[in-house]
Amino acid sequence: MSGPTPPLPRWADLFLLPVINLMAALFVCGLVVLAIGENPIEALGVMLKGAFVYSGGLGYTLYYTTNFVFTGLAVATAFHAMLFNIGGEGQAYIGGLGAALAAFAIGAAPGIVALPVAIAGAALAGACWGVIPGYLQAKRGSHIVITTIMFNFIAASIMVWLLVGPMLEPGQQSPQSVPLPEGSYLPKMHEMLGAIGVETAATPLNASFLLALVSLAVFWVLIWRTRLGYNIRAVGQNPQAAHYAGINVPRTIIIAMAIAGGFAGLLATNEILGISHRVILNYTAGYGFTGIAVALMGRNHPVGIFLASLLFGALYQGGAELDFEFQSITREMVLMIQGMIILFSGALAYMFNPPLARFIARISAPKREVAHG
Amino acid sequence: MTDTNKDGSGGAAPYALELKGVSKSFGLIRANRDITLAVRPGSIHGIIGENGAGKSTLMNIVYGMHVRDEGEILVGGEPVDMRSSADAISHGIGMVHQHFMLVPTFTVLENVMLGSEGGALLREGRQAARDRIVELSERYNLRIDPDALVGDLNVGQRQRVEIIKALKGGAKILILDEPTGVLTPQEAEQLFEILKVLRDRGVSVLLITHKLAEIMEITDAVDIMRQGQIVGHRKTAETSPAELAELMVGRKVLLEVERTEANPGDVQFSASGLGYTNSQGVVELQDISFEVRAGEILGVAGVSGNGQTQLMEVLAGMRHLTAGSISILGTEVTPATETNPRIIRDLGLRHIPEDRHQHGLILHFEARENMILGVQDSDLAGTGFLMDPAAIEANCREKMRDYDVRPDAPRHFAKNFSGGNQQKIVIAREFSANPVVLLVGQPTRGVDVGAIEFIHKQLLALRDAGCAILLVSVELDEIMSLSDRIMVLCDGHNVGIVDRAEADRQTLGLMMAGQKREGHAA
Repeated sequence: MSGPTPPLPRWADLFLLPVINLMAALFVCGLVVLAIGENPIEALGVMLKGAFVYSGGLGYTLYYTTNFVFTGLAVATAFHAMLFNIGGEGQAYIGGLGAALAAFAIGAAPGIVALPVAIAGAALAGACWGVIPGYLQAKRGSHIVITTIMFNFIAASIMVWLLVGPMLEPGQQSPQSVPLPEGSYLPKMHEMLGAIGVETAATPLNASFLLALVSLAVFWVLIWRTRLGYNIRAVGQNPQAAHYAGINVPRTIIIAMAIAGGFAGLLATNEILGISHRVILNYTAGYGFTGIAVALMGRNHPVGIFLASLLFGALYQGGAELDFEFQSITREMVLMIQGMIILFSGALAYMFNPPLARFIARISAPKREVAHG
Repeated sequence: MTDTNKDGSGGAAPYALELKGVSKSFGLIRANRDITLAVRPGSIHGIIGENGAGKSTLMNIVYGMHVRDEGEILVGGEPVDMRSSADAISHGIGMVHQHFMLVPTFTVLENVMLGSEGGALLREGRQAARDRIVELSERYNLRIDPDALVGDLNVGQRQRVEIIKALKGGAKILILDEPTGVLTPQEAEQLFEILKVLRDRGVSVLLITHKLAEIMEITDAVDIMRQGQIVGHRKTAETSPAELAELMVGRKVLLEVERTEANPGDVQFSASGLGYTNSQGVVELQDISFEVRAGEILGVAGVSGNGQTQLMEVLAGMRHLTAGSISILGTEVTPATETNPRIIRDLGLRHIPEDRHQHGLILHFEARENMILGVQDSDLAGTGFLMDPAAIEANCREKMRDYDVRPDAPRHFAKNFSGGNQQKIVIAREFSANPVVLLVGQPTRGVDVGAIEFIHKQLLALRDAGCAILLVSVELDEIMSLSDRIMVLCDGHNVGIVDRAEADRQTLGLMMAGQKREGHAA
């Protein structure tokens, strides 16, 4: 084959390509399911029903979605400044610490005071954990990928030390902190809906889902409507031109990483303020890493990030259902399916780009002849 | 047209390369339409056209990097189905790209071997390649040390390595895409000598350029391209630069700039004892002093790489001066002052950077976003807390109209405009701010003739409006025709400043080589 590939139309890049990637992943998974003697169509049906139809399924799906939105935004914000933030996991973890410390500090205050303080604590702590690698990148040239990965380990170690030491709940064997003051609990969605007379199944879905939607909107405004967002994108696309334009490049990098860390830190509002109400060892459970795939698949755009988060939410929830329904499909098999989707949508995101672009160029060429003829 | 050419050739010898009715489209853009041209063996054949006329596309078709939609390609009289560069190489076509494709950490020998190592062990292939380099450099007078590191070579020498690479497979047709764009005038002269030797040894050279002077100097025949089509074929001896320019743009172009007498006012912009030492401790500028008055253009001449880039960037605040001082409208800037491009811009200085792709534009931004680059915090981007897309678009539309940017599409990405129109975006942005002090770097580099004329007129209009302008250009003609006074840089030093009336090519040439003029203080 020769020649550069023609550019892919925007609609195909944004919608068709992700769908094709998803189909390819599901196809390979289908083969695996077939190989272990189960019916892939039936398995897909169970997953979809588990994620959206069964009582509480949607609630769980959206609960996972919330986590992915936050970590996806953490990756996307940094990516607009061309920084590959692998540190969402650590930033979210430290965000939990911030939420807890803020909640303990404010004590037994009413929710109207305690909640904003705890949420701010989560964002602030996550931001701090993002700022350090950002500073090292901007002022010292330490590569952000390396530092953010290392900061995940540092965060994990700090949290282990805190949760088996200073923060361990007295009389507890499992590493977790004492419960937070009640004022900092986020209301559950089924309680809120119940209050206005809509009965839904009890699920972990809570008000942080709304915060996630707000975050998506804030992200859009930030990146495409503020001068800061303009600066971030300028630094990402051409740091030399940004310097020429009078933008302080190092400072913009640091700010972008602070915002990225802040989004990651908000994960704690779902997991800690919304559900566990205490800091538990390893509560981030890999959501920060999945956020990388979410941002990649969502093309760093809020709509895409939401759809990709929903997909991964459905996978987590539907996958659990699969594990439950089929004897031969185990938890590991579900992880394999998730991994396959990350592989095709994240790592191999542009694998189908050249053939698709050629195909579209070919089918659109004769049409034009007709139109002109 | 081909038929008449054939009659003219008179002999039975086939053309080295012949194209018949070649067309190529990219989506809706018809890059090449019905191209018919013929290249005689052992000749230098020029293809000239404005930026975006389709020259590079055509050569990429000949070299097999694009596959033509229609038409025939004949090499040595035989039809060839050119589908990849491997096809082209096997038919004896070599290409030297505008941007070199060399590994800087490899030696010349290793670079030439790339792609034809000849087996798992390098020893045999290496000897064969060394013999070939020696043979080629003797036959074509391409002096080069096979064991030199490419990273240590200058641009002209690197280009020679590229030529050897292209010839090593026995190429009889050599394509050079804008070969002089990266060369100093001396290196370009050397290149032309090499091309003449190649021609005399029977190689057909296809020279793609937009510089009229090169066509006139070296080619035997020339095809003129405009908007994807061949609009004329001339024997070089029977044409003139004016005719070629007219064919290229489709209308008469004034190559001379009409200018009025300068009417200099107060000193707006000056430097005294300015010095810059980079972070590695290399002194790049030393003891540079000059004054620019309102309503005059101070040209900066010099062989490129003698400190012009550093001078511009220091003056614009992109690098921090390490000695002396700069005065912009009375505000003093010294090594102790905080500088950055923003502070300098706020003092009333505007800057057309030398390299629009690196500094002047963000290619992946829309035109309207580029139109506020550097003034993104001003009211042009909206008066509220948030940016106002409507205001940004209106601003861009207005400037595109005033400066004749085509297409006038504010939402097109900057990368999709032609070189000349990209430059017009930068110029529209900086000129329309009515600057008091203006730094202009290479305003017409890679810009077509029509746009050059427009840009020159705009520059002179700004001067007449009282702007103090410092102009850096690699085109000596541009400096000489626009400047009121000319400062010559050599090795980071100010060799001297001469008035326009005293500045002829010979004087400037001597100064560019570092000779101070007698009786003149710097």
